[in-house]
Amino acid sequence: MIEMDPELISEITSRGKRIDGRAFEAYRDVTIETNLIGAADGSARVKLGNTEIIAGVKIELGTPYPDSPADGVLTCSSEFIPLASSEFERGPPSEDSVELSRVVDRAIRESKCIDMSKLCIKPEEVIWMIYIDMDVLSDDGNLIDAACIAAVAALASAKMPKLIVEGDKHSTDNSVHEGKLPMSAIPVSITLAKVGNSIIVDPNLAEWKAIAARLTVGTKDTSDGIKLCSMQKGGDRGLKLEEVERMIDLGVEKGEEIRAKIKQAVGK
Amino acid sequence: MGGHTDEKLIFNGKRLDGRRFDEVRPMKAEIGQLKRADGSGSFKFGDTWAIAGVHGPRKVFPRREEKADRAILRAEYRMAPFSTGERSRPGPNRRSTEISMVTRKALLPVLFTEEFPKTAIDADIEILQAGASTRCAGINAAAIALADAGVPMRDLVSSCSAGVINGQIVLDVSGKEDTAGELDMPIAYYHGKKEITLIQMDGIAAPERVKELLKLAIKGCEQVYEVQKQALRAKYVVTDETE
Amino acid sequence: MMENSKPAGERRLVITGEPLGKGRAGHGAFEQDGNVFSKYIGLAESRDDFHIVIPLGGVYSPKRGDGVIGRVTEIIFQKWIVDVNSPYEATLPLSEGVEGFVDLTKADLTKFFDYGDVVFTEIFAVSKQRHVTLTMRNRKCRKLKGGRLLTVTPAKVPRIIGKGGSMVEMIKQMTGTQIVVGQNGVVWLRGENEDLAAEVVMTIEERSHIHGLTDQIKDMLEKAVGKPYVPKPVEQQPSTEYVSGDKPVSRYEKFRREEETSQPSESSDAEKENPGSSESIGDIDTIKL
Repeated sequence: MIEMDPELISEITSRGKRIDGRAFEAYRDVTIETNLIGAADGSARVKLGNTEIIAGVKIELGTPYPDSPADGVLTCSSEFIPLASSEFERGPPSEDSVELSRVVDRAIRESKCIDMSKLCIKPEEVIWMIYIDMDVLSDDGNLIDAACIAAVAALASAKMPKLIVEGDKHSTDNSVHEGKLPMSAIPVSITLAKVGNSIIVDPNLAEWKAIAARLTVGTKDTSDGIKLCSMQKGGDRGLKLEEVERMIDLGVEKGEEIRAKIKQAVGK
Repeated sequence: MGGHTDEKLIFNGKRLDGRRFDEVRPMKAEIGQLKRADGSGSFKFGDTWAIAGVHGPRKVFPRREEKADRAILRAEYRMAPFSTGERSRPGPNRRSTEISMVTRKALLPVLFTEEFPKTAIDADIEILQAGASTRCAGINAAAIALADAGVPMRDLVSSCSAGVINGQIVLDVSGKEDTAGELDMPIAYYHGKKEITLIQMDGIAAPERVKELLKLAIKGCEQVYEVQKQALRAKYVVTDETE
Repeated sequence: MMENSKPAGERRLVITGEPLGKGRAGHGAFEQDGNVFSKYIGLAESRDDFHIVIPLGGVYSPKRGDGVIGRVTEIIFQKWIVDVNSPYEATLPLSEGVEGFVDLTKADLTKFFDYGDVVFTEIFAVSKQRHVTLTMRNRKCRKLKGGRLLTVTPAKVPRIIGKGGSMVEMIKQMTGTQIVVGQNGVVWLRGENEDLAAEVVMTIEERSHIHGLTDQIKDMLEKAVGKPYVPKPVEQQPSTEYVSGDKPVSRYEKFRREEETSQPSESSDAEKENPGSSESIGDIDTIKL
């Protein structure tokens, strides 16, 4: 596959145009589909342009961490499967895969959209473990944002398995679901990218490769207004303070747009 | 983060260790201690202690990682098993992989990599004692180690954290403040071009507050910069010698 | 006393990123928005609006014309691979290593240069992809047998050599050793008092940025040997000027007349010469104001 030269893309973008004709602040079409995987307790498939990610949520019983005996546990992980792109290699998770899991984890965890104490069944002994697994099926750039939408949509539509308590024994019946996973907010991650001299939103794959620097801004809605709950800078170059401030503002603005889409898909 | 925010961390307008809100812990930096490395550096924030060793530019193994027109920078962050309160298991984990990656990206913008095509510059960071802001200390140590190794650079990179404890914005989050505080934001700063080369944030804050935190963190980085520069000069201070 | 408050025009200690003034940047410095900054921890010199910095550390970057000391690490087809203390591999092709026709069906290349042999050789060319080609044609190139090798920071080689070779001459004379200094920071010593010579070289390495070092070294040698240093009259060899952006003009270019006729052999020239004679191609004082 012959690709467009990143330098050329930087130049074009600096002059005010995007190679696919979009405005700087325009997202590609987002489609969110939930509850498509019966075996999972929650699932969502997100298409962002040609980027496609499926997130699955499994809720199981487990033991708490020693330093938080009355809290449930949340784990995020991602797989960059070779079928998604000729550039994904087989083998242990790459740096990018690790980054993706960590950024999505951060947005969800730091937003406190799930009250971990509500996931405690018996302190020090039995808690609910929430596993979020994201499978990248197609990489056309901006995997981080797409993965976050998928993970959050999967969580927001997830249902708790039926809990069976027999004396001291706890078990679950995964074929029956009772009640939804309690979520108090919808966190969203927006990645702002500096390509050439311009700041754009939702880079496609070609733009992603031309990124000089990027900032992923996680936000959540509260009764007190929009709050930031996470930030991660990427890319090999630096950013001026004014650029960071602009990216924060854009992250807040776009976060609202995407949040509305998730809420619509989940039916909240 | 995700601390229990009801824990009191401020007493009479001062922090647990007596610092003002905008005060950085006592810092200490030096270069050249590791004799088998091409360059080395050590940086402390209070009792957080990081050392870094730099090798290179040198030949790249495996060869397929080499770039034809520039040097590559590889950074590895590791916590010594004895560095934390409870012994931590040795070996890389996702956290250390992520920190290694953001460390590399924080340092890359200042290196003249084009001067050494097809080589690797390797920076290994070891946290000897962890009292919060370990990744900041690691970046600070690696930056001076790179200068010590004679790698051509545009400037040093300086890293410091800002945070929120008991609702109050503070500079250089330490130990208890990290685990029990509400927000932690390490950044790295390249003074020469006034650019930020690392930002990570865990915690909840309104956008305007985040911008305040950034400005405060930059001030902290400028203080770190002074300490780093001193360390570079100190190695070559000429004292009157009597033979 | 800090070494960084000297007036412009003299060498002063600078650190990475330190502003040097307005103007143009030479070696070791770079320009940004009309100002010049240092790329290294090193010694800065400014002349009018032109600034350079001599780094106090760093790896060796091979340059055409440098005389370097290397060790043969591999023998492939018609060439030897030589480690010259640099991130880039150096090759000595058969045609540059051996005079005359060599019948490859019969010849054993190790007879000329074997694995582990130490040679003093010249860098003939450095390609854009940083392939380094060596040559043994210059009459000063030869195998170095016995003795010991030290590695110093390449940037400190000029200090070890001294102005017009004065420093290395002094060490040779006082310690009775042969010394060859490669531009790549590899130093070869052989003689009665290798230990003392090695110690002196390492001392210069550590204190290369200090003024008055020559006198300190002189004192050190006189004390150790127990007699004063009386410099022999040395045939004045012109030192070369450092021209920013160019490589140092190699003096021995003048020596390249006809092809050498002597075969590289088991007994090197060094053994036949008197200990203490000036040996290195690198007798170049690379900075001259």
